[in-house]
Amino acid sequence: MMRVLAFAVAVVLVMLPALADNYLLRVATTMLMYSALALGWNFIGGLAGYPSFATAAFFGLGAYASGVLQTKGVPMPAAWALGGAIVAVFAAALGRAILHLRGHYFAIASLVVAEVLREITNSATDLTGGGMGLNLPVLSLDVTAQARLFYYAMLVAAAAALATTALVAHNRLGFGLRCIQQNEDAAIMLGINTLRYKVVAFVLSAVFPGVCGGIYASWVNYIDPTDVYDVLLSVKPIVMVLLGGVGTVMGGVYGAVLFLLMEELVWRNLLQFHAGLLGIIVVCLVLFLPHGLRGAGWAKLWRRRTGEAAP
Amino acid sequence: MLYVQVLVNGLVLGGLYSSIAVGFSLVWGVLNVINILHGSLIILGSYAAFFAYQYLHINPFLFVPVAALLLFCLGYAIQLVFINRVMGSPVLITLTLTFGLNLLLYNLMILAFKADFRKVTLSPPLGSINLGGVIVPIDRLISMGFALALVGLLYALLRGSRIGRAIVAVRMDREAAQLMGVNVKRIYAITFGLGAAMAGAAGSLFSVMFPISPETANALLGKAFVICVLGGLGSVPGVMVGGLTLGIIESYSALFFGPEYSVTISFTLLILLLMFRPTGIMGRRGYQ
Repeated sequence: MMRVLAFAVAVVLVMLPALADNYLLRVATTMLMYSALALGWNFIGGLAGYPSFATAAFFGLGAYASGVLQTKGVPMPAAWALGGAIVAVFAAALGRAILHLRGHYFAIASLVVAEVLREITNSATDLTGGGMGLNLPVLSLDVTAQARLFYYAMLVAAAAALATTALVAHNRLGFGLRCIQQNEDAAIMLGINTLRYKVVAFVLSAVFPGVCGGIYASWVNYIDPTDVYDVLLSVKPIVMVLLGGVGTVMGGVYGAVLFLLMEELVWRNLLQFHAGLLGIIVVCLVLFLPHGLRGAGWAKLWRRRTGEAAP
Repeated sequence: MLYVQVLVNGLVLGGLYSSIAVGFSLVWGVLNVINILHGSLIILGSYAAFFAYQYLHINPFLFVPVAALLLFCLGYAIQLVFINRVMGSPVLITLTLTFGLNLLLYNLMILAFKADFRKVTLSPPLGSINLGGVIVPIDRLISMGFALALVGLLYALLRGSRIGRAIVAVRMDREAAQLMGVNVKRIYAITFGLGAAMAGAAGSLFSVMFPISPETANALLGKAFVICVLGGLGSVPGVMVGGLTLGIIESYSALFFGPEYSVTISFTLLILLLMFRPTGIMGRRGYQ
């Protein structure tokens, strides 16, 4: 049953550009992008349990790396891939530096990275255009074709993130990371090279936002530092994973879809109170559903109905 | 002479920075919660002082205790209603909660005060004094005096009063304090209230020296982080050292590299410190 459903969803996703209008396609593209960001964050935040706030840094760096490369004449898809590679190298170096920190210290260190990158981007006017932003080369395609192109690009990114998550969740790396999350000292005693595992998770959590940043830059055609290093880009994926279920394979996707549906249906009518309502949702989520929608009463209800013993 | 002037500027700025960070450090140290709200609470104090000056003509320096009292009540309520429910949860949960509350407060401030920059302009202006070639604006000097007095007051409160000893006891060992009859939830609320009160007081002083806007909150929060890490967490003297150090560093880096790099430099410093000396300059687990 689940397989049939998954297959049906996959078919719909691939066929969507032929079925939907540009508005729907735009919403779907945003959902795919945030799914990839949330799935990315889940590697370090969900599996390893390290509260990383660096997603915005990776996204912005990917956007600017790929944008600058394109203005220098690198073709678009190559620029996306190169941007992702640059972000991966950056995350590996950064991870070696800050992943020995735990708890609050790690959270702060990761939060600050985006600020530093934003300031550097602002100051490096020759390369990035500074606060004026960066205009990307315009594609010679009509609007619908562009919308489809970027939809498929985001679809590939999100699918790759999902496939990697599924792969990691059931192999040695995934077990190691969960072990680190539960008790890092015990993981060290068991002979897990924790730093290496964490760095790999950190790089995985960087690569997908990095590539998405590149695609996003081409999609919107113009980026500026306050837009792509926005701290909300770090926070929304976390909220999505919290919503969908921390450390699960599909949690990020469910969370992203649900969150953006709410955003589309409710918030766009409340432009003056957008951030405030997001705040209220975050507070309610943390206070009442700390394990996400999947962790709410349903599991208990299900067990009661099927007569299984609760753990 | 220029270097002495820059040093004095840095010290004056640093005094204010200590008062900005001390409440943040207290909450972090005792509650083990990173209070993302702190920057917005400072700005709320600034706005209170600004409106008190504009409409009631109360001098911002005299308004400091009022702002502190107002913010204490707000902080006490926030802790009691929201944060006490998640005490002891993983970092991600407490951090996300204060982040959500901050989004709400920020949005309410934008709606109430707009995003325009405002500043208290004292009339008549207090002017400046010349100390052997070094020029210091008097309003800044008074702000620094007030800021350091506030930090000193908090220190005295924690050391000398019954409530203060209870706060320190909860910080050292929550269970033991509970066994000794300390009402831990109430102490948490008082501590958060004190943190907010310090933010409000610092905000009143801030409104005299700098233009304010809800957008400034994040920069202030960032400074509080840096100061805590610089000085070492949870000790009041550490915060003082951290604040003064950051003030001096910012002044000199503005002189050598230009003011636009001051944020980059202080944050780069933060990451380097976290990498090599996460316990800070005054690095020990101080219990006041």
